[in-house]
Amino acid sequence: MIDVLIIGGGNAALCAALTAREAGATVAMLEAAPREWRGGNSMHTRNLRCMHDTPQDVLTEAYPEEEFWQDLLKVTGGQTSETLARTVIRESSRVREWMRRHGVHFQPSLSGTLHLSRTNAFFMGGGKALVNAYYRSAERLGVQIRYDAPVDRIEQHDGRFVAAYAGAERIEARACVVASGGFESNREWLREAWGRNERGEWPAEQFAIRGTRFNQGVLLKHLIDSGAEKIGDPTQAHMVAIDARAPLYDGGICTRVDCVSLGIVVNSAAERFYDEGEDFWPKRYAIWGRLVALQPGQRAFSIIDAKAVGRFMPPVFPGERANTLEHLARQLGLDERALVRTVVAYNAACREGCFDHAVLDDCATVGLTPPKTHWARPLDTPPFFGFALKPGVTFTYLGLKVDERAAVHFAGRPSANLFAAGEVMAGNVLGKGYTAGVGMTIGTVFGRIAGASAAAASQGEALRDAA
Amino acid sequence: MTPLEALVHEAAGAPARAAPPPSAAEDEVARVLQICNACRYCEGFCAVFPAMARRLEFPGADIHYLANLCHNCGACLHACQYASPHEFDVNVPRAMARVRAKTYADYAWPAPFGRLYQRNGLAVALVLALSLALFLGFGLALKGTLWGVPATGNFYAVFPHQLMVWLFAPVFAFAVLALGIGVGHFWRDISPGAPGGAASREAAANALTLKYLDGGHGLGCNESSDAFTLARRRLHHVTFYGFALCFAATCVGTLYHYAWGLKAPYAWTSLPVLLGIAGGIGLLVGPAGLWWLSARRHPLHRDTNSQPMDRAFIALLFLTSLTGALLLAWRDSAAMALLLAVHLGVVMALFATMPYGKFAHGVYRCAALLKWAIERRQPNRLILASE
Repeated sequence: MIDVLIIGGGNAALCAALTAREAGATVAMLEAAPREWRGGNSMHTRNLRCMHDTPQDVLTEAYPEEEFWQDLLKVTGGQTSETLARTVIRESSRVREWMRRHGVHFQPSLSGTLHLSRTNAFFMGGGKALVNAYYRSAERLGVQIRYDAPVDRIEQHDGRFVAAYAGAERIEARACVVASGGFESNREWLREAWGRNERGEWPAEQFAIRGTRFNQGVLLKHLIDSGAEKIGDPTQAHMVAIDARAPLYDGGICTRVDCVSLGIVVNSAAERFYDEGEDFWPKRYAIWGRLVALQPGQRAFSIIDAKAVGRFMPPVFPGERANTLEHLARQLGLDERALVRTVVAYNAACREGCFDHAVLDDCATVGLTPPKTHWARPLDTPPFFGFALKPGVTFTYLGLKVDERAAVHFAGRPSANLFAAGEVMAGNVLGKGYTAGVGMTIGTVFGRIAGASAAAASQGEALRDAA
Repeated sequence: MTPLEALVHEAAGAPARAAPPPSAAEDEVARVLQICNACRYCEGFCAVFPAMARRLEFPGADIHYLANLCHNCGACLHACQYASPHEFDVNVPRAMARVRAKTYADYAWPAPFGRLYQRNGLAVALVLALSLALFLGFGLALKGTLWGVPATGNFYAVFPHQLMVWLFAPVFAFAVLALGIGVGHFWRDISPGAPGGAASREAAANALTLKYLDGGHGLGCNESSDAFTLARRRLHHVTFYGFALCFAATCVGTLYHYAWGLKAPYAWTSLPVLLGIAGGIGLLVGPAGLWWLSARRHPLHRDTNSQPMDRAFIALLFLTSLTGALLLAWRDSAAMALLLAVHLGVVMALFATMPYGKFAHGVYRCAALLKWAIERRQPNRLILASE
């Protein structure tokens, strides 16, 4: 019998497997995806948020524990556990040396992401390069890796993990780490969680999944049904407004549309519905998924003019382009007169100001509802460009409650040998909201904690077996 | 070419060179780079992605520049979240390799010879080498000097020195001229600006150290898997510096001959022979290793279109060295004249195919590296929102 069984194949699963193996345990990993799709959502990530008190290799200035904690408190609105969060934060200052030993390389923040150069360490080549490095290290250390092995249930006896079932196959182990992600790829579950709106639509039917198709949440549901304590709101998900042409799964980072704050956004009635200039785009991009999801048909249209070109990250799909607003409306399938009316009203409301996209400038609308409070400049310079938007789900918040040893809880008591790491427990630290790179920090730190806990538990179980 | 340049060109009496029509290869690079430019995860690997990030659109000349800046290391392919089986099917190394083949053909001089690239496969190279060797051998046979000449290593007794010079100098000069004109047009089209001293030094260092085969982290590039290895960088060094040593041996030999009146054959311990032996070993080990690596390369990382051209060049380098070694070993035997004919045939085939084969990669790569060294010193005109 192996000591530690890891269910999952992304960053947290790999960190758990490597740590358990380093602690001397025999380890097997069950990845639901085939080899070419391995790594879950981790392959779409690019950095990890790190506490540091002085400048480090790729990190500028300092990002002290308290500031990191305050940032987390702010984005979660208090839906976090201070103990677990501070563990994550402190460990984040130490993990990178370990990551390097397993082949991860870091690079300075990418062009277009200078705002992250202080807080986030970027993986050279992104998350898939990191995942590849960890798999190579795991193979070298003798971790047994199996692909195409989705686990649908586990067997417990007297509150202890005994075995996992991958289809009909029963795999026993002395301890287990669940790192199988959220349920965002499960369209049926999303449909049910989002329900039907007042227009009779099922909004989730229009959602794209930005990451893997393998996070079906089957094991998550099974564990919750088996009495595991849950955490997080099942109707909540991290959602971004993405290009409506994005693929159903795995659109990743490149399908985001970054020109929202430079123009206006209208719904399918060609009406504006939210302040596009409320705050800097990196701080606001994550609210637009939900905003679009609330619009009729879950569609919206970002419209800019020639002045915006070259001021935002280039889009993956070229926008519709026209020399008049009427033409643009036709190309986007909007009512021509309605769009012109909206733009004329917006243009008339733009107050003359000193445009500066690098600061919260004084270009705002006057007497317009909803207002645009910064970077409001008339749309008057052809060609005009339009991008159709739809909601893209990054991850779900529903997960398993854990303690500082990453143990899964049943009826208020921690399991002796069942642990959880990564997206499946991230809700303990990040009950809502998001800040760049924090998902990978939680996954790395709790992956390592869960791996160490499982290795230790497996030794205890081995003694029990012997007794 | 700018309108002004075109006018000047026309006024000088030469017809303006028409830009070749864009092809599927260029369209594919433009498609892929639009995706890459919205992702940018690979910026740390090499120069291609930082150069890409300075652009929003990719006109033809820029595509050829970026394609020749790409060293085909494979790091971005294995790290790509959008690589096959993803429906975006992003494969930067393959897309770039296909455009490079087009660069060599489009910029070939004289233009009709550009088609030779498509035909310059292994078979053509070997047949050419063999027929040249046969031709030389036949000439010797007619003279009755193909076998058993008691020349004790004196090659000039078989082929007089003047004859060899007249055989090789024009072929070599033509290769230099054809490549020079081709890369000149390329340089004008990518309009890089004036190279300063620092930019030139940096480009030279990047070329001579194969900086962009280091993977960005120094551990090397990808071959058969996502693991990094320095094998290609080292084998390329062995090949290139082997070639350079052989070339140096020829130059020193020429100096001996003309400047100091020292006539071949030279002793085993003489400078030209020592340089030739060292270079020859490099040209045996390097090409053999590169062939082996290319045969083991990951299927997605291979471009089957340009493989014949790559292999023809590798084979000719290897055969040049092999026949040279055989000649040196048996230069005092009855087989010397025959071996000499074979060696000269291979060398001539190598030079003849140089402007229309894989050799061109070094010339266009250096031009692209120099452009990058110039470009990255210029201010970036894009101010992206999130900065």
